Amino acid sequence: MHSTAYLLLADGRFPSGGHAHSSGLEAAVAAGRVTDLAGLESFLHGRLSYAAPVTAAFTAATHLTASRLGRAPSHTHSDNKVPFLTLDAELEARTVSPALRLASRRQGRALLRAGRLTWPSELYAYLPKHPDGPHQPLALGVTTAAAGLSTEESAHIAAYGVLTGPASAAVRLLGLDPYQVQNLLARLAGACDEIAASAAAVAHKSPEELPAHAAPLADISAEIHATWEVRLFAS
Amino acid sequence: MLADHDESVPHTHPEPGVDPHPPLPQLDRAVRIGIGGPVGSGKTALVAALCRALADELRLAVVTNDIYTTEDADFLKRAGVLDPARIRAVETGCCPHTAIRDDISANLDAVEELEEAFGPLDLVLVESGGDNLTATFSKGLVDQQIFVVDVSGGDKVPRKGGPGVTTADLLVINKTDLAPLVGADLGVMDRDARARRGDLPTIFQSIAEDPHASQVAAWVRHVVAHSRGHEHAGAH
Ligand SMILES: Nc1nc2c(ncn2[C@@H]2O[C@H](COP(=O)(O)OP(=O)(O)OP(=O)(O)O)[C@@H](O)[C@H]2O)c(=O)[nH]1
Ligand SMILES: [Mg+2]
Repeated sequence: MHSTAYLLLADGRFPSGGHAHSSGLEAAVAAGRVTDLAGLESFLHGRLSYAAPVTAAFTAATHLTASRLGRAPSHTHSDNKVPFLTLDAELEARTVSPALRLASRRQGRALLRAGRLTWPSELYAYLPKHPDGPHQPLALGVTTAAAGLSTEESAHIAAYGVLTGPASAAVRLLGLDPYQVQNLLARLAGACDEIAASAAAVAHKSPEELPAHAAPLADISAEIHATWEVRLFAS
Repeated sequence: MLADHDESVPHTHPEPGVDPHPPLPQLDRAVRIGIGGPVGSGKTALVAALCRALADELRLAVVTNDIYTTEDADFLKRAGVLDPARIRAVETGCCPHTAIRDDISANLDAVEELEEAFGPLDLVLVESGGDNLTATFSKGLVDQQIFVVDVSGGDKVPRKGGPGVTTADLLVINKTDLAPLVGADLGVMDRDARARRGDLPTIFQSIAEDPHASQVAAWVRHVVAHSRGHEHAGAH
C-alpha cells in the first residue's frame, strides 16, 4: 500500500485538468435531464453502469502492463510499446464519439504532464504518441504504476474519478447543496468499490476481452455539446 | 465623453520600462505574460491593443480563458488584430482562477500547441477569465503578469488590495476616460496603488483614447527584451 500517493492521485485538486470537464453533465443540464439532486443521482448511476467499468478496466489493465514492464522490460523499446498500442486501439474502438475521444485524450495529456512531474519514471515513454495525448485511462494506468500503486488502487481511482468529475460540475452548474452531493457520493461508494474490484479482476485479460459498455445518448450529447458556441466545460 | 479629466494626475509610476524585479532568467521559448483582473475591466481590449501595437515587431499568440469559451476569442478575431489561428480558447469549468492558478494544464497545453504550430514565438499572452481581486496566475504558467482594473469599479479598488493589485508585475488602471463620469479620483487610486505595491509599476491608461496601449506595450517590449538578455527593448 502506498496510501498517501493513492490519496494524492484521487484528490480532485491533483492538477490533471479534470476541473474543466463535466463528463456530459453540462449537456444533460442544458437538455433539462438533470435539474436536481435526484437527477444527478440517476446521471451518476448511468456513469457507473457504462463509463466506470470500461474506464476502470482499461486503467487497471494498463497499470498491470506497465508494472510488469517496470520489473522486466523487453530489450527493445518498440516491443515494450506494443501492449499499450493494443490497449489504445481497443479503447478508441469503445469510444465512438470523436468529441469524447478528444476529451479523453486531452485529460490524458494533462494527467501525463502532472504524473511525469510528480512521479518521474521511464514508463510514460511507452505510451503511444498522439497529438491530442494518450487516452485518460492509459495515462492513469501508467501514472499509478509510476507512483507504485497496486492494480486495485489504480482501478479504484479510475472508478472514483468517473463519479467525482460530474458531481463537482453539478455543484458548480446547479448550485446543489454540497453536503447532499457528498452524501450521494457516499451512498454510491459501495457500487463504486464493486466496479473497481471487478475491473482489477479482469486487468490480466487481453484488451479485446475487457468491458465494452456503451451509452448512445451520452455519445450523441457529447457531439452536440462540442458544437455549442458557448460552454463552460470542455466536455 | 472624453472630457477634462485632471491632467496633473501622475498617469504612471515609476517610469514604465523600469522594472524593480530582478531580470527574468533567459528563456529559450516565448515569454508568457498573464493578463488578469475583474470582469469587464478591459483585459480583452488590452490584448487587442497589444496585438495592434506589437504584431509587426513580435511573433505573437494569444490564449483566452473567458468563462464563455469563445467570447474573447471571437472579439479578437473580429478586431482583426491577429491571425485567428493564433488565438486559442480554453474552457475553465466555471472556475477561471483554477485554470490559471491551481490546475494550469489546459492553459499550458494551449500555449505549447501554439508554440508548436507557429513557433518560434516571442510572446504568448494569456488572458484569464474575469474573476475577482484575489485571482492571480501561477508562476508555472506565466513569466510575468499584468492585473487590469478599471476606474468604474470606484477609486477604492487599489485600497482594497488583494493579491492581484498587490503583487502583479504590472498594475493597469484602465478607462481613465470614465473617471470624471463615475467620480473616481485618480489621485487617490495612484496614492493607494503606491502604498500597496511599493516599487512595482502602475500604469494609468484609457484604451478608448490610446488604442495601442502605448505605455503597456513599452513595458511588454522591455520584458521581452530582458528575457533575451538584452539590456534595452527595441524601437518604441
Ligand atoms: N470607456 C472605455 N471603455 C473601455 C476601455 N477599455 C475597454 N473598454 C470597454 O469595456 C468593455 C469591457 O472590455 P473588455 O476588454 O471586454 O473587458 P474584459 O476584462 O476582457 O472582460 P471579461 O473578459 O468579460 O472579464 C468593452 O465594452 C470595452 O470596449 C477604456 O479605456 N475606456
Ligand atoms: Mg475578456
